[in-house]
Amino acid sequence: MIPASFDYIAVKTVPEAVAELAKHGDESKLLAGGHSLIPLMKLRLSTPSFVVDIGRVKDLNYIRRTDGHIAFGALTTHHDIEFSDLVKEQLPLLASAASQIGDPQVRNRGTMGGAAAHADPSGDYPTCLLTLDAEFDVVGPNGRRVIKASDFFVGTFTSALQPDEVLTEIRVPAPPAGTRGTYLKFSRRSQDWAIVAVAAQATVKDRKFQEIRIGLTSMGGTPLRASAVEAALRGKSADADTIRKAAEKAAEGTDPPQDLNGSPDYRRHLATVLTRRALEQLTAGR
Amino acid sequence: MAISTLIGASIKRREDPELITGTGGFVDDLPQTGLVHMYVVRSTEPHARILGIDTARARQADGVLAVFTGKELASEFQSPLPVTVSFVPEKKYPPHYPIATDRVRYVGEPVAIVLAQSRAAAEDAAERLDIRYESLPPVVDMEKAIAPGAPVLHDELGSNLAYDVKRAGGDIEAAFRDADVRISQRIRQQRLIPVAVEPRGVVADYKPFANALTVWSSTQIPHFVKVWLAVILGIPESQVRVVAPDVGGGFGSKIRVYPEEVLAALASRKLGRRVKWIEDRSENMKATHHGRAQIWDVEVAARKDGTVLGVRATQYLDLGAYCSQFGTFQAIALLLIQGPYKLQAWDGRGIGVYTNKTPTDAYRGAGRPEATYIIERVMDLVAQATGVDPAAVRRKNFIRQEEQPFTSLMGLTYDSGDYSTTLDKALEMVSYQQLRKEQAEKRKQGKHVGIGLSTYLEICGLGPSVATTAAAGIGFWGMAVLNLHFTGKATLVIGSSPHGQGHETPFAQIVAETLGLPLEDIDVVHGDTAIGPMGMDTYGSRSASVDGTAVYLSAVKVREKARKIAAHLLEAAEEDVVYENGKAYVKGSPTKAVTIQEITGAAFQPHRLPAGMEGGLDETTFFNPPNFVWPFGAHIAVVEIDDETGRVQIQRYVAVDDCGTRLNPLIVDGQIHGGIAQGIGQALFEDGVYGEDGQLKTGTLVDYLIPTASDLPMFETESLVTPSPTNPLGVKGIGEAGTIASTAAVMNAVADALSPFGVKDIDMPASPQKLWHLMHKNGGSKR
Repeated sequence: MIPASFDYIAVKTVPEAVAELAKHGDESKLLAGGHSLIPLMKLRLSTPSFVVDIGRVKDLNYIRRTDGHIAFGALTTHHDIEFSDLVKEQLPLLASAASQIGDPQVRNRGTMGGAAAHADPSGDYPTCLLTLDAEFDVVGPNGRRVIKASDFFVGTFTSALQPDEVLTEIRVPAPPAGTRGTYLKFSRRSQDWAIVAVAAQATVKDRKFQEIRIGLTSMGGTPLRASAVEAALRGKSADADTIRKAAEKAAEGTDPPQDLNGSPDYRRHLATVLTRRALEQLTAGR
Repeated sequence: MAISTLIGASIKRREDPELITGTGGFVDDLPQTGLVHMYVVRSTEPHARILGIDTARARQADGVLAVFTGKELASEFQSPLPVTVSFVPEKKYPPHYPIATDRVRYVGEPVAIVLAQSRAAAEDAAERLDIRYESLPPVVDMEKAIAPGAPVLHDELGSNLAYDVKRAGGDIEAAFRDADVRISQRIRQQRLIPVAVEPRGVVADYKPFANALTVWSSTQIPHFVKVWLAVILGIPESQVRVVAPDVGGGFGSKIRVYPEEVLAALASRKLGRRVKWIEDRSENMKATHHGRAQIWDVEVAARKDGTVLGVRATQYLDLGAYCSQFGTFQAIALLLIQGPYKLQAWDGRGIGVYTNKTPTDAYRGAGRPEATYIIERVMDLVAQATGVDPAAVRRKNFIRQEEQPFTSLMGLTYDSGDYSTTLDKALEMVSYQQLRKEQAEKRKQGKHVGIGLSTYLEICGLGPSVATTAAAGIGFWGMAVLNLHFTGKATLVIGSSPHGQGHETPFAQIVAETLGLPLEDIDVVHGDTAIGPMGMDTYGSRSASVDGTAVYLSAVKVREKARKIAAHLLEAAEEDVVYENGKAYVKGSPTKAVTIQEITGAAFQPHRLPAGMEGGLDETTFFNPPNFVWPFGAHIAVVEIDDETGRVQIQRYVAVDDCGTRLNPLIVDGQIHGGIAQGIGQALFEDGVYGEDGQLKTGTLVDYLIPTASDLPMFETESLVTPSPTNPLGVKGIGEAGTIASTAAVMNAVADALSPFGVKDIDMPASPQKLWHLMHKNGGSKR
């Protein structure tokens, strides 16, 4: 469990990182918190010959309000998101998801940008960011571009990032006041990846779903939106019966994987259960 | 012995400050210079012929000193790896050498070693080896392995059957003839991977001119490793020293002589350099032995009042690719099924099978958890079939105190205990009658609540020398050397080799109590074959009862000699001298006393000793106990299963254990906590799964689910104390009891929760997916 040999540089700025990536091409990999890349390298499943460490780039670790958005620097740790008052108040879904990633050691090192760029379909952030219609600021040799979440998660462990691009910021639209959010994750042990997880954010006004967003983790090769559930709830009454019926649609159009902990059947079932529970939680007392 | 102040005191472990602050010394931490790093290249094939290994490119790699294949090393082994009797003298087994030569039989088997200036260089070079295999069909399933026409692992054995033996007592035919209720059930013991926190590691240092070998190894058995390295490598035993430094857990997985210990020593001899090998976690999951891996077919004969008359069972034991050193030890279950119950008959059959998987061997409990699991599941199956409450079934079948010492159907003599006492206490702790009422109420609300009992009886304290010959082919004993220094400080050398248990603290307590020495004046040393006589090392919850007794007896001998010296110094008759609290005085004159420190000083000055007495104050004891010790207890788990997800939530876990005298209750409690956690791991989480292709599918800690603290409930523990008559301290053993009891308690609770669905038994682990299927896909819900 020792990585194959590689060269390493710790850059201080984003342009430096982009220049190094451009120089080394496909053979290079960006290192942020290292919680996805380093295990792959130790198992020699990933053998980059050049590692560009952006962990010391300044000004990529922040959470701030910008016009109509909450912006996250790519190096913001899970721990910072879990404990941010701004996130807890504005985007409780993200705080909830962050608190359930790995264990405290992982949450202190792992970064939102790294987890998003890794595009693991059983990862927690990709689903949340898709659900929240986040946008991704990316810097490459030709300057900056913005990628929408719906275009960002292309496939299993594949994002829309080019090998010479650096993800710098993730922006999430700030929801209306009174919006609630939660992330329900089902796993065998507390620190495991989700067998299935559901990301949900709801704005309920006058006992109606004004805005509703539901996302699914580990239900296919990429994070997914439970569009059928969203459609069944948008503008509808936030009552138990409506929720129950809508939640039954959670697995529609999904093609969940088979592994030791869950058959596709079991995952489809869990998706409906977790969706209903999440919605019950978000509408409790409303 | 007298009521004491130190024996039985909850003193914090003296080992802990170093371990907690990260300043302990594990093999990988030892200061070593001039090291050569060994990397073991392992088979990626479950079953194949090795057609050839081209090492040329690897030899030329940067930093590489040498590469050896199995063929190149074969002539150096003067003996194969050891295989002990382990309760099955009838077994057939092939010689198993540390490294494969022309055929591989499991994924992870060593095929070559690379020696380089760094571990990284060795791993890089290993990728340059060209190994050509001719794949053979893998044998994975035990029952298919012994079916006609199955591919055979070891041609010389003719089949994959290692043994097919009978272990029986009583009239089984009569038991079934007299039965009102007959139950048949297949019960599985899944394959478990031990996962000690510290993987194994070895540093070997061979000195050519002295023909002397020193090996540091993360092992439970330094003394046995010394003997076998001498035999296998042809070095005089006097020239071999093995040291077990701090060892980060074993759970049985470090109980045997391993290929890498031999290979590192051999590499050191060939290169004339110190060689270091550290097992990484990926290797550990497949190169360190696994445990359990059994199928049991059980038939029960019972009366409708809950009396169990007889049990007939076949244990299929998956030995893996080779018979490991204690590979058949788990067949001890065939001798122990009876547990704390009075059966009329037991008819056991044991079948051992070779498959293309990592060899199995001892894992925490080693056969005793399996025996307990079977008989405790039997008790609940009988309760379910007869409608008699599970607690009442157990009470009905318990051996009574007046029948002690009781001789079992297999001829084992239990030592002491009223088995109903721990059950009564546990039932009281959970308010059992009330709990059953609440369960009925919750069932009406559609909730699946289950209550599981496990009233175990365990054998430990290996052991009586004659009897342990059946276990290991040699007699076991306890050993301790107590050596008092000139200034009255003491060194205690123990024959046990702790690897996390904390022997140093309670053993120092025994000496301090017996001699009246300050606790901190007693240094306890262990795990180094150069500093004392042969010890029997640590496994099977033996150390407190056997080596602890040797410690006590050595302290008593020192005290008696000290009293003689004191009598001489006080110019009194020996029988008039009282020894207490570290002082000796003439009866009635406690103010005119000599201290143990003064006595020790005199012991090293011959002119101050009685005529004819030899100097020094050191005593060695080899203690051969007259019997095993038999701790027992009752554990109760209360679970609720989520109808929608199948997840088991343990709502309460109560443990009442009787391990005789408790030398240090803090350590006893720690052992119980860790043991319960590990047993729950088997019940709910852990599963060593192989694909039909013979590849291990759970080879990482992402896939092999060991529970962490956040996945476990609070444990409510209580103790009762029935001293063992087997040793003067009255101690039994507690290292494995938690594991032995908890798996059955939790699974009985899960089965109880699902009994409304018609469920009788559930294959472990009781995963959410499996339980959801049982509730909703297995013929539909019965609610």
